Amino acid sequence: MELTHAEDIKKHVRVYITVFVTLLALTIITVTISYFNLSVVPAIIAALIIASVKGSLVASYFMHLISEKKIIYAALSLTVVFFLVLIFVPLLAMSDRIH
Amino acid sequence: MEIPYTIKARPDTGLINAKLGIWLFLASEVMLFGALFSSYILLRVGAVEWPHHVLDVPLATVNTAVLITSSITMVMSWASLMMKDFKKYKIYMGATILLGFVFLTIKYFEYSHHIQIGEIPSKSTFFAIYFTMTGLHMLHVIGGMIVNSYFWGPGSKMWKTEPERFTNRIEVAGLYWHFVDLVWIFLFPVLYLL
Repeated sequence: MELTHAEDIKKHVRVYITVFVTLLALTIITVTISYFNLSVVPAIIAALIIASVKGSLVASYFMHLISEKKIIYAALSLTVVFFLVLIFVPLLAMSDRIH
Repeated sequence: MEIPYTIKARPDTGLINAKLGIWLFLASEVMLFGALFSSYILLRVGAVEWPHHVLDVPLATVNTAVLITSSITMVMSWASLMMKDFKKYKIYMGATILLGFVFLTIKYFEYSHHIQIGEIPSKSTFFAIYFTMTGLHMLHVIGGMIVNSYFWGPGSKMWKTEPERFTNRIEVAGLYWHFVDLVWIFLFPVLYLL
């Protein structure tokens, strides 16, 4: 992220504070939901959606991914593909064993 | 020999080398933790039963808040340098290190409690994956604290001679620290809440 003017930074500081408050609020929400005794699937979906939103906020604003260079997006896109393979391939192997 | 592209961006990437370097390192870290999350899914899917709310949720909620707070103090330390305010940088970076200590202290109490009542990795698959994932994360917190402490103390001398380079160093250290926070954001619901 290329920032030069102090005024620009001050604007970003306000965004950081908003993100911080949102992260704390989402933490409270996810903990509260966990006490609702939801069945496994809705509980997992709710928790993972909230965690993904929180993670996206940290990556986008604290890590400045919202305004980064193309080469970083390219490297991270490749990472996402391999991450998904890592997560889903063992599950495919497992379903294969069950059938 | 002078290290190239520490202040000016490299023309072909548009980035300073350290920034591209840390992002590539973080990509490898995603795969490291990804492998553990994948193992967690396999273990959980294959388990007959899985414990629910056996860990201390209130304590872990406090720890989550502590890490999130440390993330904002970290980004504020970088913002302070961008605004040429070195005193504020010292305060925010000091707070980040302190919050890292708070996180570790809480984790110490959690671990001691589990060990005291025999909840050790060999007790169950759940505790094995719990100690592995949180232990690896804790090592990352310690690593980040060592780097941050260096930049708070002796490493901060660079501000006087090469302020732009020092600011870039803090941005790179911040990217690592936020990643550590990001991993915890997923560890917390997966291990404590589900």
